[in-house]
Amino acid sequence: MTQGAIGVETLHMTMRFGAFTALDDCSIHIKPGSFHALLGENGAGKSTLVKCMMGFYPATSGEMLVDRKEARIDDPKAAHALGLGMVYQHFTLVPSLTVAENLVISREDAPSVIDWRAERAALRTFMEKMPFRVPLDRPVSALAAGEKQKLEILKQLYLGRRFLILDEPTSVLTPDEADEVLGHVRKLCADGAISVLMITHKFREVTAYADEVSVLRRGKLVGSGKVSDLSHADMAAMMMGDATLATAAERTGDAGAPILQLQQARAKDRSGLKDIEITNLTVHAGEIVGIAGISGNGQMELMEVLTGQRPLEGGTIRVKGAPYGATRQEAQTHSVRYLPEEPLQNACAPRMSVAENIAFRNFDGAGFWLSPRKMRDHANDLVAAFKVKTASINSPMQSLSGGNVQRAVLARELSGAVDLLIISNPCFGLDFSAVSEIRARIMTARNSNTAVLLMSEDLDEIMELADRVMVMSEGRIAYDTPIAQADIATIGHHMGGHA
Amino acid sequence: MEDLGLWVIPLAILGGAIRVSTPFLFVSLGEVLTERSGRINLGLEGTLVFGAMSAYAIAYLTGSPWLGVLAAAAGGAVFGLIHGLICWLPRVNDIAVGIAMMILGMGLAFYFGKPYVQPVAPDLPSISFGWWSDVPQVKAALRVNVLFLIGAVLAFAMWWMFRATKVGLVIRVVGDSTDAARAMGLRPALIRTLATAAGGAFAGVGGAYLSLFYPGSWNEGISSGQGLMAVALVIFARWNAVACFGAALLFGGAGALGPTLQSVGVSEGYYLFFAAPYVLTLGVLIATSSPTRAMTGAPGELSITK
Repeated sequence: MTQGAIGVETLHMTMRFGAFTALDDCSIHIKPGSFHALLGENGAGKSTLVKCMMGFYPATSGEMLVDRKEARIDDPKAAHALGLGMVYQHFTLVPSLTVAENLVISREDAPSVIDWRAERAALRTFMEKMPFRVPLDRPVSALAAGEKQKLEILKQLYLGRRFLILDEPTSVLTPDEADEVLGHVRKLCADGAISVLMITHKFREVTAYADEVSVLRRGKLVGSGKVSDLSHADMAAMMMGDATLATAAERTGDAGAPILQLQQARAKDRSGLKDIEITNLTVHAGEIVGIAGISGNGQMELMEVLTGQRPLEGGTIRVKGAPYGATRQEAQTHSVRYLPEEPLQNACAPRMSVAENIAFRNFDGAGFWLSPRKMRDHANDLVAAFKVKTASINSPMQSLSGGNVQRAVLARELSGAVDLLIISNPCFGLDFSAVSEIRARIMTARNSNTAVLLMSEDLDEIMELADRVMVMSEGRIAYDTPIAQADIATIGHHMGGHA
Repeated sequence: MEDLGLWVIPLAILGGAIRVSTPFLFVSLGEVLTERSGRINLGLEGTLVFGAMSAYAIAYLTGSPWLGVLAAAAGGAVFGLIHGLICWLPRVNDIAVGIAMMILGMGLAFYFGKPYVQPVAPDLPSISFGWWSDVPQVKAALRVNVLFLIGAVLAFAMWWMFRATKVGLVIRVVGDSTDAARAMGLRPALIRTLATAAGGAFAGVGGAYLSLFYPGSWNEGISSGQGLMAVALVIFARWNAVACFGAALLFGGAGALGPTLQSVGVSEGYYLFFAAPYVLTLGVLIATSSPTRAMTGAPGELSITK
């Protein structure tokens, strides 16, 4: 197989799904050996574009040039044959297989009986030529996220790909890991081994690593150019167009009395082999405590303990000084509210109507008979107040978009008096305008003296909202600092578990 | 004849373990194959009974027990294939289909098997490993059926297959992550269907053993839930083919406990020990379950572990 990076060009690529145009006359050019960033909001057409390039969808019209020759790509296999490869946002490694097994089985010409001695020797020689390595005999499930991402990239190189599409490759990495991985990718481009098209929404990564950038908005290419000629503000303006963002409410007032207190709280984690242990965690009224950390370090378990989904093995949880077992009754007396991650699954009955879902907090307070009219009025008020976009309050919850489900749940949880609000990844997968609006709501709640515990994998979100930042690593609170002294680099080190 | 005293009991349990374990072994190997590909086939109980009937009928009609085994395997594969094809349809649950297939398999076996309850079919051959001993009990315990030996070899072969062959790795990929399999250009539904069909063939052979060797006749109560217990056994063995062999011996030994106690003259309460395999199944399921812990070693796409 010939070596070296290849250039790829799309010409007037258009993709229509019925009446909806997901991609409109999009022409971009990725030069051989360049690191090209593709920016855009959710739904801007980034994934549609790369899926057309990889042959997942047949483009409605338009052409592709690979290595300056016209190419017909009808399915991913054809793309692979031309040397095009893609690293998906979610890992496509097989968790229970070892690194070596994952690499060998991904090869199209994998032998039917595998001679492990020969394969391992070949893999070792391959790894020695690479700028970074991953242990061959470790099962993938035991690798850290950064190592998995490195392995995904190694796999593409092992398969002889010379043009890589990376779909938000750093969304699950710590800042340190992201810098390491992207640094290696950048070097591979500079060496002329591969060309890269990276989907991202992080400006910092674009400026630090990419050579060129193309920006999509509502399916149209709205700008492109050399990264060195563009500022963050220019790129943001291209991405957003003329949409205006809700501005975050000012931070007002100081922390009050302690509301939530965890002491020596212990619980088993998912695997049952490790413990999570929170020695001391206090959230005061009128304060947002942000818990940062890479997913899988015990945040989900902590959330489950606080919502009563996971039994506590030892220690105490107190709300306003009284022991708290997360029963519905206790949550109601102490005005504790939750916004778990993936609210459609964790906080809604997807097939029930919006109105019914909104009534979940108070349907059992009114006695045996419920008044549908009251439920409807209540839902109508909240849908209007929180700008939930829904065809009707009788539509099933699952017909709403992610941002609107989030708004509806937030509307339900923030209605009435709220003394403690426990939130996990509230803005995951939402677009800019929904994100800023939801963050503004959380800040408003804080300013009206609610104690907020915010768990998020998005460090920027924590830095924007929190009054105090904690880092969770390996099931422990590894770091605790007021926001005034918080520093991204230090937090990043603690997230990675090496500080 | 010398008196062996209480030594009779472990000896009989060993012999029983070898004799009783074979159907457990075949059904659980088939289920390992199916579950490793990410699907559960609860219908194997029905496949086992149908295999027992078809093996007995073909062996009786042709005079060759091996043709009977072949027929049972073919019948089992067809049952597995039907299960796999139905699961290919959208929004179909493999467990529900499995239960339906179980009832269908038993029903068909009883319907077609009516004429074969009386006739006597030839037995499968067995090899005597007890030639060195004069003790009849030792001889009896070490009379090992050929199918048991084949099953033992298959268990190790399957273990090797999952480690060092393309087919084995592909099945593991499909069972652990549908997304990864699709990204690799594999067709998960097709592979699962084939794995289910092959698993069905294994269960059919297990049935052939029941009717052609031990107990060695065809009747409607021949399986008494062994196919279902084998599914529990797979969980106990953590989806490992070699561990299945050990677990099958353990279940077989438990199954031999009742008859053994009866034979040494325990006249009261021995029938409680007939329940030993069922109690063991319950115990295993309770011991390996936990509300807060994800199961280790379980294929990621299995509907019970998702």
